[in-house]
Amino acid sequence: MKPAPFTYHDPSTVDDLVGLMGSLEDVKLLAGGQSLMPMLNLRLAQPDHLVDLNTVAGLSATSPTAEGIHIGAMVRQADLMKNVDIQTNMPIMAEALHWVGHFQTRTRGTIGGSMSHLDPAAELPAVALLYDAELTVNGPEGSRAVPMREWPIAYMMPNLAEEEVLTGIDFRYWNEPHGYAFEEFARRYGDFAIVAVGALLAVDDGVIRRAAVSIAGNQPTPQRLDDVEAALVGQPASADTFRNAAELASQIDGMSDAYTDGRYRQRLAGVMTKRALTRAAARAEGGS
Amino acid sequence: MADTRQISLTVNGESYEGEVETRMHLADFLRQSTRLTGTHLGCEHGVCGACTVLVDGEAVRSCLMLAVQANNTSVTTIEGLAEGDELHPVQRAFQDQHGLQCGFCTPGMVISLAAYIDENPTPDETDIREAISGNICRCTGYQGIVAAGMQAAVEIRSGS
Repeated sequence: MKPAPFTYHDPSTVDDLVGLMGSLEDVKLLAGGQSLMPMLNLRLAQPDHLVDLNTVAGLSATSPTAEGIHIGAMVRQADLMKNVDIQTNMPIMAEALHWVGHFQTRTRGTIGGSMSHLDPAAELPAVALLYDAELTVNGPEGSRAVPMREWPIAYMMPNLAEEEVLTGIDFRYWNEPHGYAFEEFARRYGDFAIVAVGALLAVDDGVIRRAAVSIAGNQPTPQRLDDVEAALVGQPASADTFRNAAELASQIDGMSDAYTDGRYRQRLAGVMTKRALTRAAARAEGGS
Repeated sequence: MADTRQISLTVNGESYEGEVETRMHLADFLRQSTRLTGTHLGCEHGVCGACTVLVDGEAVRSCLMLAVQANNTSVTTIEGLAEGDELHPVQRAFQDQHGLQCGFCTPGMVISLAAYIDENPTPDETDIREAISGNICRCTGYQGIVAAGMQAAVEIRSGS
């Protein structure tokens, strides 16, 4: 028994959950537990109250929308990988999820947990950026929608007040045919990414018509690479174009930590960007 | 006052009801309350994989789940994998292929591979290595474990 004592709450509805959030002090929300449980076991986190989201009804389902898919915050990563709608319309999410921990952690880990923990190296926030996903947040004041670009505020800090909770995420699919690729470099399989890059490319007659590129791991928060996208759209889907784009990606400052120098991250940002674009373009032109 | 809850669950086919402190994780519950010490605890932060068990048939890290969250579930530990004296094909393959030395990581390895092969019955060697990438062994160098995974997959496919 390693976690420090806390009072456990298992609300059954979003209303009960929001009521608890509004009345309790020093709360931690427990989603899949794949990041919070280690913190509790090591006593790095010692909250007075632990509110379990696993018992809250209505957060664990996906549902089609007019433009894409709504994913409840408590949908498990393993279930996202198996979801046929996602495999068909947003296959980059399934590809990115292969990099998230191990299959034994994806059975518990949730999309909402990943988004709210907001590790700089996390894959799912990078995917959400590609699609300009919209996050639904509930709190005592009601619910509000947060565009994904406004979700990361600072290092591991989402746009979420203390008494608020993420309840779901909406993705709009790309209608035009496109290719995709998610590239990542980590020291061992299942480790946190040193740098990861996701790319979506729509190519028509050999020319890039639409591009989305996002990066995780090289900065304190995940980023959309607007400059790189601007350098892609209207250009031929060629090695030269991708080399130029990669050069732009490698100009962004990389953060340094105890293991990895920022300059190495910058280099990797270029390499991963080039690989992702090359593979995405091949898929776009192959029609798959 | 300790925060406690009444839970009821099935462990290896036997039902268990009792009171647990809410801060107790599932691995400690299995080892201390049900006295099933086959589930091992290495790191207790989800890295080593030794504590892997099946909860409703899915492989999970039992150190990263609270016992109270296992209420109304069915848990299978390494003790529940064999049918009587008949070893599970993964267990038999570990014996045949020398897949263990000290045995500390073995329960997590065996449970992981049993769950993985159940969902992916035709793995290649890379798949097996990926499946156990979240399980750390400091003895074998993994060769025997990978060989055991490949043998078990063949046996499970052929239904033996």
